[in-house]
Amino acid sequence: MKKILNKPVLAVGPFHPLQEEAEFFQLTLDGEIVTDIDMRISYNHRGIEAISETLQFDQVPFLVSRVCGICSASHPLAYVNAVEEIAGITPPERAQYVRVIINELERIHSHMLWVGLAGHFIGYDTVFMWAWKYREPVLDILEEITGNRNNYGNVKVGGCREDVPNEMIPKIRQKLDELEKKVEMLVKVVLDDPVIHARLKGVGVLTKEAARQYAVAGPTARGSGIAIDVRRDDPYAAYSDLDWNVITQPEGDVFAKAVVRLLEVLESIKIIRQAVDKLPDGPIDMEVKEIPAGEGCGHAEAPRGETFHYVRSDGGNRPVRHKIRAPSFVNVPSFRASCIGQHIADVTITLAAVDPCYSCTERLAVVDGHNNVIHDYESLLKLSREKTARIKKEIL
Amino acid sequence: MGEVFWIPFWILIFPGFVFTFALGLVATYLVRKVGALVQYRVGPPVFQPFYDVMKLMGKEILIPQEANRAIFVTAPLVGLAGVLLLSTVLGVAAFWPQETFVGDIIVVIYLMVLPSLALILGSSASASPHAAVGAAREMKLVMSYELPLVMAFIVVIIKSGGELSLAGISSHASVGSISGFIAFFMSLLCIQAKLGYVPFDMAEAETELGSGVLMEYSGALLAVWKVMHAMMLVALPMFLVMVFLGGFGSTLAGLVWGIGKYVIVVVLIILIKNTNPRVRIDQAMKFFWVYCGIALVIAVALATIGNIYDIAWL
Repeated sequence: MKKILNKPVLAVGPFHPLQEEAEFFQLTLDGEIVTDIDMRISYNHRGIEAISETLQFDQVPFLVSRVCGICSASHPLAYVNAVEEIAGITPPERAQYVRVIINELERIHSHMLWVGLAGHFIGYDTVFMWAWKYREPVLDILEEITGNRNNYGNVKVGGCREDVPNEMIPKIRQKLDELEKKVEMLVKVVLDDPVIHARLKGVGVLTKEAARQYAVAGPTARGSGIAIDVRRDDPYAAYSDLDWNVITQPEGDVFAKAVVRLLEVLESIKIIRQAVDKLPDGPIDMEVKEIPAGEGCGHAEAPRGETFHYVRSDGGNRPVRHKIRAPSFVNVPSFRASCIGQHIADVTITLAAVDPCYSCTERLAVVDGHNNVIHDYESLLKLSREKTARIKKEIL
Repeated sequence: MGEVFWIPFWILIFPGFVFTFALGLVATYLVRKVGALVQYRVGPPVFQPFYDVMKLMGKEILIPQEANRAIFVTAPLVGLAGVLLLSTVLGVAAFWPQETFVGDIIVVIYLMVLPSLALILGSSASASPHAAVGAAREMKLVMSYELPLVMAFIVVIIKSGGELSLAGISSHASVGSISGFIAFFMSLLCIQAKLGYVPFDMAEAETELGSGVLMEYSGALLAVWKVMHAMMLVALPMFLVMVFLGGFGSTLAGLVWGIGKYVIVVVLIILIKNTNPRVRIDQAMKFFWVYCGIALVIAVALATIGNIYDIAWL
């Protein structure tokens, strides 16, 4: 039988050229205007937290660097911050600076990646190719330092795995100089192009109030005029020694988010320059005998916002509980505030404007296909108790 | 006596199907290669567009269950037939000027709408919401660029002294005057929209609608759309060359220079394609009706004044 829908619905996902990952947005349409948006994630749940509880403390950074290929420096860093809080240790100073360098390089390459993708989403493939070309040298530096273009896993409890060699510093500087010129050129192109203005200004506005209500993080919040940044608000690694600005834009539209990201790349270049200037001599690693019982929280400013890790230890050699909250988890629901009432063409770029990363946002969802319901926590608990009762009855 | 022999030759071999098809694939290669160079990429080998079409020909044709099969299957063929006829009329006017008829520019203007209409029909018949949105956009786009395009031709007709045959018009290179230049530039943008290239590719809009109007097409039917598009890439710039840039001439030097003009127009189209983001459909309509419209009204006025007072550069 034909299923007749009352209103035309446009499906963005589960597999759609807009985004690489599996996600589903159901746009209810009135002509070209989107009147409602429904979203569903959890197509690709990998059970990272459960795996983490089976690994030793030293193995977990390699696992959590695979939470997301792009944020593969921020997640391990947040985890390591949490574990170091439990153990009450402070790693050597050089390690702190190396962590800053790796994290800022990651921010540069992530933001450049977004700029390219945003260009692609509005049909500007030239920006896509150019931004990704400019991003390559950053990945080369990362590969030279850590051995990998992504998934660095460069931090460990008590220090870093790989050092930034002193002889490499001139090369880093030179690459940053080249990159700075190109980013400044990109900033000019974005800020001056009238067609880009027409396409992005006033589109997908997330007001300051809405941003507060949805508790968004990172460039999404800073693009709405909320100056939050973990690096400044609760400094970790060596950020408190460095001088830089938190970039904010008051408008809250897609254009503001683009400007925030581009200017943040310039700030990151500034941070890395200072970090390689001040890079102290000494070890990058310290011996950590054991992790005592206790619990710790760690967070880091990932390119998309605050990533938060909670770790609990019972004094053994593996975490008994490890909880991860990635920034996209709070950024994605803000689509309800920014997308309704927009054109389809604007909604797609707005969906991309928070730089959503679904791999780190996936949560387990149990779908009952027969009754077409998604179980929540209570009903799962109820199902589990019913099953236990049934088994008990069978045994007795 | 020649008529009976010539008409099938014109339609099937030159300047019709075989010629336009082959040249269209070369032009598609040009679009991809120059686009790649602009984007710091290497780009495809020369025969890649040909391989693509051949590969699609061998693929399975899937027709959605809910689709109107008859329209879904015939629409690409109608579009192809339209472009075929269009390129034949244009080519005959370019190379056999004595064989054309008065008013063929009006026939050409009608034929140029046919591919878009076929696209709207085919996508509407496919019963996909993505294609439906794409079809609605294509419809709005056709409505917005047709008027400026016709106005641009009115400028040319005024400039050439009321000439209504392509052969007559193409002997005047009207781009040399102010009104002619405005008309040329605006119709270049209209051609961009007809070809469905950025900034006016919102009917396909890969990242929004997942190729929109063409979404449900596959296999040989998709290949027919691709071939149609490749042939449009020959016919439409050729039309611009004939109407605004003085055509292909009758000597060998004129032919070479004519081909040069064709390549220049195609490269202009590619550059516009690669240096702009996609605009929204309402922005496109506003652009064509308000800005293009005003510019062309001015151009028509200038051309008329120039005609009355005999000032060639207006």
